[in-house]
Formats: sequence, structure tokens, C-alpha cells
Amino acid sequence: MSAPLLSVRDLRTHFPVRGATPFSRKKIVRAVDGLGFDLQRGQILSLVGESGSGKTTAGRSILRLIEPTSGQVEFDGTDLLALNAAELRATRRRMQIIFQDPFASLNPRMSVGRIIAEGMKLHGIGEGTQDRRDRVAALLERVGLSREHMTRYPHEFSGGQRQRIGIARALAVEPDFILADEPVSALDVSIQAQVLNLLQDLRADLGLTMVFIGHDLSVVEYLSDRVAVMYLGRIMEIADARDLYARPTHPYTEALLSAAPVPVPGARGQRVLLKGETPSPVAPPSGCVFRTRCPIAGPDCAATVPELREIGPGHRVACIKRG
Amino acid sequence: MMTDRALPPSAKTAPVLQVRDLVTEFTTDEGRLRAVDGVSFDLHAGQTLAVVGESGSGKSVTSLSVMGLLPARIGRVAGGSIKLDGKDLVGISERRMQRVRGNDIGMIFQEPMTSLTPVYTVGDQIAEAILTHRDISRRAARARAVELLEQVGIPEPKLRARAYPHQLSGGMRQRVMIAIALACDPRVLIADEPTTGLDVTIQAQILELLRRLQAETGMAILFITHDLGVVAEIADRVLVMYAGQMVEEAPVEALFAQPRMPYTIGLLGSTPRPGASALAAGAAPRLRAIPGNIPSPRALPQGCRFHPRCTHMREGLCTTAAPPLDSAAPGHQVRCARWRDVATQEART
Repeated sequence: MSAPLLSVRDLRTHFPVRGATPFSRKKIVRAVDGLGFDLQRGQILSLVGESGSGKTTAGRSILRLIEPTSGQVEFDGTDLLALNAAELRATRRRMQIIFQDPFASLNPRMSVGRIIAEGMKLHGIGEGTQDRRDRVAALLERVGLSREHMTRYPHEFSGGQRQRIGIARALAVEPDFILADEPVSALDVSIQAQVLNLLQDLRADLGLTMVFIGHDLSVVEYLSDRVAVMYLGRIMEIADARDLYARPTHPYTEALLSAAPVPVPGARGQRVLLKGETPSPVAPPSGCVFRTRCPIAGPDCAATVPELREIGPGHRVACIKRG
Repeated sequence: MMTDRALPPSAKTAPVLQVRDLVTEFTTDEGRLRAVDGVSFDLHAGQTLAVVGESGSGKSVTSLSVMGLLPARIGRVAGGSIKLDGKDLVGISERRMQRVRGNDIGMIFQEPMTSLTPVYTVGDQIAEAILTHRDISRRAARARAVELLEQVGIPEPKLRARAYPHQLSGGMRQRVMIAIALACDPRVLIADEPTTGLDVTIQAQILELLRRLQAETGMAILFITHDLGVVAEIADRVLVMYAGQMVEEAPVEALFAQPRMPYTIGLLGSTPRPGASALAAGAAPRLRAIPGNIPSPRALPQGCRFHPRCTHMREGLCTTAAPPLDSAAPGHQVRCARWRDVATQEART
């Protein structure tokens, strides 16, 4: 196998939080706590998890939109965490992001043409205004809009169309890598399918490498090559998508998959109903962070933090009881 | 296979809630806006009817109309009837409607935090709901509040009764809302996107809870949602709405097995199925998305409101006359002039 485009090792992002009073002890939120994975060129890796799993912070830490506390992020052989501001800016051209909220992520005072051309100008792509305008037109058509939309403003577009504009903006600087942070979560089902099809086409045509952050398990299954299931800042299980959905091994993955409603009446099988809710990341349980909700936890689960162990080709699980 | 609970209306006892030709309008700066246009359904005891649709479909306005909670002065029921046990709720005074809400109809919404008061404990808020509708002592109401908390699966209910809403998680707050809705043993529960915004493992707990409570109390549930997965899981019957109209109504098994309206077919095609992977076949099989955008209620298309997005559209037939609801099978209605042809074509693919 060739060298991965993106390689993350033991990434940690901790935030200090103030206590209830100025005198109480400082606490630390371990939002991301030892994340690691490799991503091959042209592949889509999804980070899935519930609220508080750290998936969004993980994505932003990889791009250094949030500064990680420690660890390593290697992008095409370069350690991103070792770069200074200018070097990072130059590298960022190759790493773009698509946001969840297509209403908040586009500047309402800029025309669509300017929104898309801005990054090109910044990174010196295109020769002169006319060339950039042609490129913008081609990008708009690429994402299913038209040249005429260039002079319009974001408020004139629906949610799905704005998400297409956001995708065109990301593509404008010809990136190798895209972080897609819940890009379809705010869209209606019929529009969500259009955007998923578009992402699929772009990956096939442009060979894009993508980290997709999501919570909808059927969307993730549809789109991903690899899936990492996160809980309280850690990866519980990582595998090829087909493998993970066919043979979920970690008890949390099992519970998550069985909890997801499927659009087939009567299909609800044996459900692993989890008790309680995700504990606060300020005070995660000792040992395995999932043990307080785990149906098969034993006394030894409190003692050691389980490592991700390989149980099959590319399939790793952090559980001392399984695998 | 049709379950007994999903039988068509005439086959069983009188419905608890019967809505006929409901029309709801809003007065806006740009004139009158018809958000719901001719919705009819029957809801029977022990049954769950899911109303499903995307933004602007009119599903939430339908539920607000039934609850009498349309924004004052702007929104009004402009036509049709909403009968609870045969008595029409349209046009009754707000005083009487208040008695109906809480006594006969309980409600839960998407965001429980905005429906709870931050300054009272949850125990007090449940007790208050009981005291509003029942002539019992404060002490007895408090005891009942703790019972209700236990019934909705809140651990240590005595202790939690003394908690304030902000001290509880989203899932716990939704349980408190359900406890308030159940305080006076309503016969109808209206649940408007009650699990939207909750994590899937918490959503599974809440759906399980609603199913259990329905089995225990026999209440009817009107469940408003955009999520077809949730529909498949909780509904006996399904009503699909598009651009203010009901476009299909059927027992849940029939709707998923033989959807007749091209919009319903498109919605199901847009939802990735378990086991569906874009990569499985090597080349990427695309989702069967619905092209185009949801129309604005200010500019509804002539003829069938879905025709600009419909792959089965015929110029003339679909673009001029609005199709009526037609019966595709007993208890299965569809609003499409071409549903027979569509069924034949879909069967071939």
C-alpha cells in the first residue's frame, strides 16, 4: 500500500474549563484523547459518534483550526503541527472544509462569484479576472448550478443550493483533501440525497480524499470507505465500512447500529438499548470510557485503558472483552 | 401483511380524533398564505399515525391546528373540522380549548428546554400541570409527579423531582415533557418531532418509552416527523404531506412496500438503506434523489404541486388540473393522476 495522504497519531485536544467559582480547581475537557488513523488517497473516512464524542473537535484539530494539545498530523509527508503560520496557510490550500450550516458559512454581502473566487485570488490560482470568472462558471456547473448564479447573493438560494456553493468554494483552490463537517445534516431528505450524489461524483471524478463527520449511520455507510466510531474523544472501533456494518465488534458500535432507525417496517431486530447517557468529558470514567454504559463491562474494565487491537485486516477494536 | 391496528377507519370503532378537509391560513405582508390545504385523517385509540414531510409541507402547522396553538391573529383554521370524540374543536373559545389541552390532548415538542420553565423544579412543573386540570391536593399532586417521573423511566425520581430543567440532559428533559403530557391521562398524544436533535441511542430510548406508554394507556399518538426510519419504527399508519397537501396515506407496511405517489417513491429512494454502499458495486450507484427544490408556499406550481420535480410528469395532465385523492387499495389513498402507470413502470424497474 502506498503512503497515506493523511496520517494522525495520538492526537489530543484538551480544553481548560473554569470551575464554578474562581477558587475551585481548574478542570480539563479531554475533547479528543489519543486519536489515530491513516487515510489513503481517494478514500473517504467517516468519524461517527454522538454529541460529546469529539468528532467535530477532532476534524478541526486535524486542520489546526483548533490547536491540538499534542500528537502528530502528517499530511502528504509534512507534519502540520510543526508548521509556522505562513507555511500552514500555504498548506491549507490543499485542505479545504465544508461546513454543516449553509446559512452561516457564506458571507451574505458577497456575490456568489466573489465567494468562490476569493480563495483563488488568495492562493494565486487563475490568470487574471477573466480566467477566474471562467473557472467560477465551470465550478458552478460542476456542482449543479449555473453561470448565471455568479452575480446573485446567498440569501437568494435554498439550503441545498447554498451547500453546493460551499462545495464549489472548497473546490476552487483545487484541494487534495476535504473535511466535510456534517454537510448534509441540516438539509431535507430529498435535498440531502442530491448533495450525497454530488460528493460521490466529485470523489470519483477528482479523486478527492475526504474526512466526513456525521451522525447519521445510514449516510455514513452509504458514503464511506472506512469508518471510525468515536466515544468520549476516543476511537472505539475502526474498520472498512462494509466490515464494520457487517461485523460490529465493539459493544458501543453494536448499540449504535442497533439504535439507528431503518426505513423498513418490522426490521427492528434485537436492540441493544444503552442505559443512561454519555458521561461528561470533564470527568470521563477510568479505564474504558464506555464501561459505565456497557452491557458486558466487568471489574477489569475499570483498571486499564483498552488499546486499539487489530482483530482482522484493517479492523481494530478497543475492548478487552471482544476481539 | 396488514396488522389489525392499521385497518382502514371504517373497520373499527369510532376514531378518537377525526380531521376533515382542514385548511389553515396565515395572514402575511404579501397576502394570505395557505399552509395546510385539505388534510383529512382518522386517529383511533391505541394507534399511531405518523405525519411525514419535509420543510414547508405543512406537517407542523397541521399539529398546531389540532392543538389550537396557531399564532394568534396571524394564523387561523379557515375550513374543515377537527373532532375530538365527535365534538368539533374548530371555533371553540380559548378557555375551553385550554381544558382540552392537557385533559384530552397531551403534547410534546422538539426542544423540551423551551417548553419548560427554568425557574421551577421539574417536580413542581408536573404537579402544576396536574393541579390545573384535577381537583386534588398539592401534596397528592407532588406524589403523582414522582410516580409519573418513575413511569417515564427517570432514575431516582424522588431526587430528580427536585432538579431544575438545566440540570437535566436533553433526553431526560424530553422524558419530563412526556410526564407532563401524561399528567392527566390524555387520550391523544401529539408528538411533534420529539426525537429530532437527540442522539440515536437516546432517540431509541424515547421511542421505546412511547411504545410502552401507549401499550399501557391505550392512548392514540399523532407523530410528526421528517425521518422515514422513525416512521417505519413507530407508525401504524402514515400520512405523507407535500407543499401543504396530503399526497398519500396508507398502512405503514403498504407505504414502504408499495408507495404509489412519485413523491413518496422519491423520498424512499433518497434515504440510504442499510447495506447500501456507494462503493459496494465498484462504480457508484447513485441515490434516487428528487431533482429540484421544495416550492415556496408563495409560488405553488399549477396542477399537481409536485409536477416540476416529478420524473413521471405528463404535460397537460399533470400541469393543469390538480389531481384529487384516489383510492389505490383499501385504506390507501394517493394524490396522483398517473399512479396506475407509475405503479406499472416502477414494478418493471
